[in-house]
Amino acid sequence: MIARLFNFRGGVKPVSHKNESSATPIVKAPLPPRLVIPLRQSIRSTARCLVQPGQRVLKGEHIGEGEGPLGTSVHASTSGTVVEIASFPMAHASGLETPSVVIEPDGEDRWIDHAPLDYRNVSRNAALAYLRNSGIVGMGGAGFPTHVKLGNGSGIDTLVINGAECEPWITCDDRLMRERAAEVLSGATILRELIGARRVLIGIEDNKPEAITAMRAAASGVGDTLEIVPVPTLYPAGGEKQLIRVLTGIEIAQGKLGADFGVQCFNVGTAQAVHRAIHHGEPLLSRIVTLTGNVAHPGNYEVLLGTPVDALLKLAGPKADTDRYIMGGPMMGIDLQSLKVPVVKGTNCVISASPALFPPPPPELPCIRCGACARACPADLQPFELYWFSRAKNFGKTQEYHLFDCIECGCCAFVCPSRIPLVDYYRFAKSEIWARERDLKASDQARDRFEFRNFRQEREKEEKAAKLAAKAAETRAKLADGTSAGAAEAPPPVSDEDPKKALIAAALARAKQQKAAVTPQNTEDLSPETQAEIDEIEARREKLND
Amino acid sequence: MLTALLIMTGIAIVLGAALGYASIRFKVEGDPLVEKIDAILPQTQCGQCGYPGCKPYAQAISNGEADINQCPPGGEEGIRKLADLLGREFKPLSEEHGHEKPKSVAFINEQLCIGCTLCIQACPVDAIVGAAKQMHTVVSPLCTGCELCVAPCPVDCIAMVPVGETVETWKWKYPVIELRPAA
Ligand code: SF4
Ligand code: SF4
Ligand code: SF4
Ligand code: SF4
Repeated sequence: MIARLFNFRGGVKPVSHKNESSATPIVKAPLPPRLVIPLRQSIRSTARCLVQPGQRVLKGEHIGEGEGPLGTSVHASTSGTVVEIASFPMAHASGLETPSVVIEPDGEDRWIDHAPLDYRNVSRNAALAYLRNSGIVGMGGAGFPTHVKLGNGSGIDTLVINGAECEPWITCDDRLMRERAAEVLSGATILRELIGARRVLIGIEDNKPEAITAMRAAASGVGDTLEIVPVPTLYPAGGEKQLIRVLTGIEIAQGKLGADFGVQCFNVGTAQAVHRAIHHGEPLLSRIVTLTGNVAHPGNYEVLLGTPVDALLKLAGPKADTDRYIMGGPMMGIDLQSLKVPVVKGTNCVISASPALFPPPPPELPCIRCGACARACPADLQPFELYWFSRAKNFGKTQEYHLFDCIECGCCAFVCPSRIPLVDYYRFAKSEIWARERDLKASDQARDRFEFRNFRQEREKEEKAAKLAAKAAETRAKLADGTSAGAAEAPPPVSDEDPKKALIAAALARAKQQKAAVTPQNTEDLSPETQAEIDEIEARREKLND
Repeated sequence: MLTALLIMTGIAIVLGAALGYASIRFKVEGDPLVEKIDAILPQTQCGQCGYPGCKPYAQAISNGEADINQCPPGGEEGIRKLADLLGREFKPLSEEHGHEKPKSVAFINEQLCIGCTLCIQACPVDAIVGAAKQMHTVVSPLCTGCELCVAPCPVDCIAMVPVGETVETWKWKYPVIELRPAA
C-alpha cells in the first residue's frame, strides 16, 4: 500500500468530455480497402523496406526492419498484396510525406506462423530483441521504443503504469482497462520482471471509476507487488513526471528523467501490447482509437495500423459542420492537414472539430505579466519569460529558462487571459534551436574537411616535388657515372652473351627503385589490422598476376 | 632609500620574469578572434566573399581588410552575429558579392558525366567521389552547396538542387501575431 498521494505543481481542469465516447464497448473496425503503413514510425528512425510491389504478405509478416538504436520492426497488419511503395502524408504536424507500404487486403486476415515467447527461459537481451522485432513502442503518443526504455535491467525500483488519460475527449485507455484489464496486468508483470522493479503502481484518474473497479478485480489475485492507485483528476496528471510525482512523491529535477530516480513509466496500451506479443506471439498490428467530437457515433474502435483516417471517420460519421480534425487530444494534439494520414502506433484519438465545439481562438493580446501561466505550469517553468524570449528569437535565453523541460502540455495557454498561443512559440523556438544545432554540426564538418583537403593538396605537392628531385638526382648520377649507371645501382648477374637481358634487368631495377622513392606517405605507421588487410589483398593480387 | 630602490627593482625583476614565463607557457595557439569569426561563418567555402575560403575571410575581417557584409551564404543572420561579435553596426549584404539563396546541393547527372575529374579538383570539401573516366557522384550530406564544381564541368552535367524539407528538418513556423488594441 502506498501511504499517501502527492501533488504536482500547477495543472488545470478543462471540461473532460469523456462521457461522449466512453459509454459504448470497443468495436472492431472493418478492413479498409487499402492500408498505408509508413516505414517511418516516428521522427527518430525509418525502417528498411523488406517487400516489393506485387508481393503477397501475411498478417504479422515483417515488412520493415528497424534501423539504428531507436528502430523497431514494421509489420503487415493484415494479409494481402503489396500494391505500391510510395510517399504518403504522415501523422506529423508538418503533414510531410514519408515512404509507406500500401497493402490491399485480401479479406482473409490470415496470420503468419507465430508462437508465444517463454520470456522467463530466455536471456533478458533476447526478450528485448523480441519486443523490438514485435514492433512494440510507447502507445501514449510519443512512440518511444519499449525495449530501449527497459534499459539494462538494473536501477529501477518502481514501475509506473500510466492509465491516467488526463486529456479531455480521449477514452481509449479507459475502455482498454475496462475490457482487457487482465491483459494490461499481465503485460505490467512482464514489464516489471524485465526491468527488475520491486513494485508496480498503476495510476488511474478518479474520473474513471469503472476502469478502476475492473482493474482492481483483475488484480485481486496478483499479489502485493502491484497496486491500482486512483489519482485526482487534474490535467496533466498523465504527464510522465507529474504521474511519478503524484504516485511516489519524487520530484524529477529539470533536465533529468524518471529512470535517474529509479522510476520508469509505461502506458497501459503498451503493457497490453507487450502481453499480446509475449503470450500470443502477436506483433503490434492494431490499437484502440477514440473517435469523438462532432460525430454521430462517438466511440472506441480497434483499428489496424495503417488504416487511413478518412476510412475510419466513416464509422463515426462526422456531422456536416465539421471544419477540421485533430489527431490526439485538444491540448496537445495536432491539426490534420490531410485525411489520408494513416493510424499509427501513437494515434490515440481523432477529434472532429466544429466551430461550435472548438471556437476559433480570439486574437491574442499583449502579455500583461499576470503570472497565471507560471502558476499553471506543471513543469515549474516561467512561461511568460519563455514566451518573451521565443518571440524575440533570443534562443540562448530560452534555453537558460529551461525551454526543453516544457512538455508542451498547453496549461499556460489554457489559462492565459491574453489568449496567447504560447505553446506555438515554444515549438517554434525548439525547432529553431534544433535546426541551428544541425547547421553547426554541418559547418564544423565542412571546416574539418576543407582543412584536410588543403593539407592533402599540400602533401601531394611535396610528394611531387620529392619525386622530381629524386629523378633529377638520378639523371645527374647517370651522367657522372657514364654508361655504367645501371650496373652501379642494381647489380644483377649480367652475362656478356645476352646484352638484351641485361638491359631489361637494369630497367626493372630502376623501376623498382623509383617505386620505392614514391611510396605514398599515408602507408606509414599503419595499425596491424590494416597492414594484415593490405597483405591479404597483395597476396590476392599476386595470385591474379601469376 | 637604497634598500627601497633595491626592493622595488627586485620585485620588478621577479614579476617581469613571471610574466615572461607565463607568456611562453600559456601561449594561445592561433588568433582567438579569427577563430571566433570563423565559427560564425557558414563554412560553405565558396569564395564569394573574395577570399579562398571562410578562414581567410575571417583573417581578413580581423585584420580590418574586409567588411563584415561579404558572405552571402551566411546571410543577414551571419552579418548580425558578426556585428555583435565585433561591436560594429549592422549593414545589409553587399550587392556585389551575391545574394542569399536557399540551401542547395550539387547533383551530377550520371548519364552525362564523362569522368574528367575536374569537379573533384574544384570541390573544397572533397564531397565528390569518382576517378578518371569513371562516373562521378556527389555525397550530398557532405556538399556545402558552394557551386564551385558547376563551372569547371565541360559537359554541364552538374546542377544545384534545392534541399527539400524532411520530417527531421521541418520547423514550426513563427506564430502570426495578431495584435488588437485592448478595447
Ligand atoms: S498568463 Fe498570459 S498574460 Fe499572463 S503572464 Fe502568462 S503569458 Fe502573460
Ligand atoms: S506548455 Fe510548457 S510552459 Fe506551458 S504550462 Fe506546459 S510545460 Fe509549462
Ligand atoms: S562567402 Fe561566406 S561561405 Fe563563402 S567562402 Fe566566404 S565566408 Fe565562406
Ligand atoms: S559538390 Fe560542388 S557544390 Fe557541393 S561542396 Fe563540392 S564543389 Fe561545392
